[in-house]
This record gives sequence, C-alpha cells and structure tokens, in this order.
Amino acid sequence: MSSVILPSAPSESRPGRFGIYGGRYVPETLMAALQELEREYEIAKADADFQQELADLLRDFAGRPTPLYFAKRLTEDLGGAKIYLKREDLLHTGAHKINNALGQGLLAKRMGKKRIIAETGAGQHGVATATVCALLGLECVIYMGEVDMARQELNVLRMRLLGAEVRGVSSGSKTLKDAISEAMRDWVTNVRTTYYILGSALGAHPYPTIVRDFQRCISLEMKEQILEREGRLPDAVVACVGGGSNAIGAFYEFIPDRDVRLIGVEAGGRGTALGEHAARFSGGVPGVLQGTFSYVLQDDNGQIALTHSVSAGLDYASVGPEHAMLHDTGRAEYTSCDDARALEAVVKLARTEGILPALESAHAVAEALRLAPTMNPHDILVVNLSGRGDKDMGIIAQELKLEGATSLRG
Amino acid sequence: MPIRFDQKPGLVVYITAGDPSLDASRAIAIEAIDAGADVIELGIPFSDPLGDGPIIQRASERALSRGVKLADVLEVARAIRAARPQAGLILFTYLNPILRYGLARFADDAKAAGADGVLVIDMVVEESAEYLREMDRTGLAPVFLAAPTSSDERLEAIAGHSRGFVYAISRTGITGKQQSMTADASALVDRIHRWSKLPVAVGFGISNADHVAQVAEFAEAAVIGSAIVELIERSTPETAPGAVARFIKGLRQSSTALAR
Repeated sequence: MSSVILPSAPSESRPGRFGIYGGRYVPETLMAALQELEREYEIAKADADFQQELADLLRDFAGRPTPLYFAKRLTEDLGGAKIYLKREDLLHTGAHKINNALGQGLLAKRMGKKRIIAETGAGQHGVATATVCALLGLECVIYMGEVDMARQELNVLRMRLLGAEVRGVSSGSKTLKDAISEAMRDWVTNVRTTYYILGSALGAHPYPTIVRDFQRCISLEMKEQILEREGRLPDAVVACVGGGSNAIGAFYEFIPDRDVRLIGVEAGGRGTALGEHAARFSGGVPGVLQGTFSYVLQDDNGQIALTHSVSAGLDYASVGPEHAMLHDTGRAEYTSCDDARALEAVVKLARTEGILPALESAHAVAEALRLAPTMNPHDILVVNLSGRGDKDMGIIAQELKLEGATSLRG
Repeated sequence: MPIRFDQKPGLVVYITAGDPSLDASRAIAIEAIDAGADVIELGIPFSDPLGDGPIIQRASERALSRGVKLADVLEVARAIRAARPQAGLILFTYLNPILRYGLARFADDAKAAGADGVLVIDMVVEESAEYLREMDRTGLAPVFLAAPTSSDERLEAIAGHSRGFVYAISRTGITGKQQSMTADASALVDRIHRWSKLPVAVGFGISNADHVAQVAEFAEAAVIGSAIVELIERSTPETAPGAVARFIKGLRQSSTALAR
C-alpha cells in the first residue's frame, strides 16, 4: 500500500469522493455523459413526481416493503443472538437488484434514452434490467462473461425471454470485470443514444452514489421494522459484498448509529492466494479499476488479478468506493467466507427455515452462523438476504455432490 | 523536447511495448522513425484496457503473457531515445500500473529513460492535480485526450493542461480501424484550435493514406495505432519492423501526394 500515491488530493467535500476513494477515471468520451447523468439525477432526485413514480413501482411491481423475518428455528438451533432476515429475496426477479434497475430505468426514460446496456455477473442485475426495459419499452443489451453465462444459464434464458440481447464476453477472466469493460466500451461508442445501467455501487461518479441511493430503501425499511418489532436497533447488520450494492443499501441508514456493527462479507473463494478469491480488503491494495479509486486485487505491476468465487455475483476484483471508506475509517468490518462455508450455509438455511438463499447471500448467512453463537440471546443480528437461490440450483447441486451432500446435515 | 511535427501531416505511431517482444518493439520503433514517424507512442500494456478495441487489447494480452512490466517498457524507451534522439517519444497507458509503480517514481524514471510525455487514457483533467504536479516537476509533457463529446469548457481545460500536443479522438468509441473519417473530427479540431496553439493529433480509426490525407486538411498530425498493431500481429518478430516501415513509407508518400 505504501507504493500507492493518490491520484489527486483527497477531499471529503468533492462530489463523488468517499474519503479518498471514488472519483472519476474514464476515457474523455464518457465525461460529458457522466456529467449529464450527474445533473439529471440531481434534478430527478428533487422531483416529487419522479420519486412518487419510483415509490409506486417499488411497491406494486417489485414488492416493497420486503418483510423482516425472524428466523426462529435458526436462532434456537444456534443458541445465541436473535437472527432476523431482511427478505430482499422475495422481490420480483429474486434479488435487491430490481430496486436500482427500476430507479435507473426511470432515469434513463426521463433522459430520453431509448437504448439500455448493462453488465451482469450472476445474472440478477441483467434480469432486473431486462425486466425494467420490458416494463418501460426500452431496447436492452446485456453483457455477461462466458464463464458466468455457463454457470447462470437459467438467468440467461430469463433475460432472452424478456426480450434482451445477451452478449457473451470472452476476454480476460470471462466474468463480471470483463463484462463491465465491454459494457463501458459499448457506452464509449454509443454514448449519445445509450444509457448504461450500472449494477452495483461502483464505477465512476455519480454511479456509486446513485446506486446507493436506490438501494437505501433496504436499511430505511430495516430500521423501521426492527424498531417496531424489538423497540431498538440491531446489534449487527450483516451483508455480502461483491460490488457492494446490497451491503451499502443495508448499511447506509445505520452509519450514524455507532452501536450497530456493520459487517460486510467478501468471497473467500477456495484459498488465500491471488486469483483464488475475491477478498479485496484482505488481499487488495488501493488502485483504479473501471472508473473508480478503491481497493483492487492486483499484482505487483498493477495488472488486475483474476478472481474466483463459487458465487458469480461476488467474483469481482474491486469493490465500491464507499465501502473502501467505511473499511478505512473502521465504521464497517469486512470479513470473508470461503466457498465451502457458503455452501454449508445454503444447506443450513434451507433445512432450518425452508429458505434457499442465493450463493451471494449465503456468504452473509455463513457469517451469521459463525457470529450468532458468540452473542447473547437478547442481542439482535440482521442478515440482508439479498437474493434467492433458484438461479444457483445447478451449481449448488454440482458442488454439494462434490463435497458430499450427506455430510452437510441441517 | 522533440515533440514536433516538421512534416505535414505529422505522424504519431502507436505500438504496444513487448508485442511481439521487447527487442522487436525497439526495432519497430526505430524503423518507424526512419520511415517517417515524428512521434512514437509506446504503450505500456494493461490487463483491462477499456478504452481500447480488440486489436490493441490482444497486443496487451500477448505482451503481458510474456511477463512485460512497466520497468521493461522504460528500458525500451531508453533504447529508442539513445538510437533516435530526434524523434518524439510518448508513453501511453492506464492509471493503475502507474499508481502501483508510484507516480513520482514513474515520472522520474520515465524522464530518465528519455520520454518526452505521457498519455494516460483514464486520467481526466479534473482528477489530475497531483499527476500534473509530477509532470511539471520532471518536465514531462502531459498529453490529454479531447473527444467529440467534450464541452467547450472541458476543451479549454484539456488544451490548457496539455503539453506537446492535444490528442483529438476522431469519433466516439474505442480504438480500432474505421472506413472513413467522420465530420466529428474536423469540427473537434477547430474547437481545440480556438483554445490552444498546440498542434493537434487526430487518432482512433486512422488506418490508411486517405485518412491521413484527410486529417492533414484540418490538423497537424495523425495517430496510427490499430492498423500498425494489426500489421505486427500478422508478421513475425523478424519481419515486423520491415513491414511497419514499408507501411509508414507508403502512408507518408501517398498521403503527401493526396494532400497536394
């Protein structure tokens, strides 16, 4: 980390900066589009009609508010903190991604853009974007790494059924990072007519702020619901962190509440060597990837490292810049969970609560399984269950067979 | 500072350092200068070149697969400078390899290796305060990109902060060959000239003598990138320098004839 010199003077007050992180590092061609987006978003944000239209769609189309569910059997089984699950998995299209896709889709329509592009890792953002484009009558192209297309085949089919064109990306690691690069290349080329719906709280300013604002509804609801149920705030909120959109959504309203621990869980993959995981905070150093300054998994020469996770949605070499700030200031803690523990967590939640979590969300569940028994029975732990596991059934079946499913007794 | 365009149009020739090998890159650059290139743009390969098209991306992958590092590229620069002190030499890359190397160390070492300037494709003027300080301290020329989508306010800042020349992107899009020049390019160059007396080099998609002749009508120089890199891809390490030299000589002769 000592070899890294900041690209410009850090300033909390500069727009798009989270402490020293964030900023805007893109080819010049995109600057006008980013400035236009920043401008239009500020106007939309203050527009009551826009906010009302979004609120209506979130309620009637997406299914908000999502329940805060007390996981009674899991709590009894673990014998520690009370575990609540924020059920983003119950949303239309099966994950929190629809919150952001609806917000940005409305923004794109407002800006008069008829063509939408997006990238997707696990497919959830791609499905959410394809869904919103169908709803709003917009042309839709989704970029997806070929490795991810193979492991998330069901979501590829869903996107195509919804009318989107899915373009496979065969460069680099053939995963999310490469899909983002291809989407950015498309945007550079078609910037005058195309809106890029970025799927996580990363990339160049204003995306990390826009995505966080559209995901903030998670912690707003969480706070209201836990106060109603328990009369007090939780002791800890746990969420998985790929790009970090569900986690920043789940953390944001609790940031001023210093007594609430915020715990992000990265993909530990299958080992600690570079290329075997996607744990940016333990294995990365600050750098610039795809438009933003944040923690990046890279080699000594500044080349971006390949990553691995059983979960396509967490398999990314960088992390949203606001998380980088929360990490450095100590406001949030970041840990990791390996592939095996994530798979165990899938089985555990399935058999105690009848809920199949997405592999991404299972990383957060695994941390709860570890943490809850160390806490007191009156403590409260909220897990953001960011998505459901239907899309992962193929991979879960395959992996559990390899691991020996009978050893994973609920 | 030998960034100057004595001939009309000036030629900036891009190659990815280490493709097909470091020795070959040095030889290609020297032959290119002898064939009429005014400035060599030496690319430091990066794993995730989101501003580049497939041709240059493949060149970066080939170089990286051979283990080419930033320090190796500086050695190639040093060798080119020693062999051809009269030509301009620009280092082209993305921000992350420079940050990892250390910005101040990079500026010192690039200057010591004989580079005249630096072009970082994902560095925009708003974020460049510390970068500009290092360029200024070491006397390297920061070359910024201007795009058809850049506003007048941005062009003023881009022209104001650039040294050596301003790089005008001929169209929206990534690097790569194209069929014909768009009207975007000449309008952009006119707008840049309103803000700066620096020479303007037009790049992205310039791949033949017709393009170069067209550029000569409204700008000081043309940048040839993907066409050269593709030629290198189709050649062997032994034949690449000669092939590039013949291509540049041909461009130089026919574009000068066309421009008359």
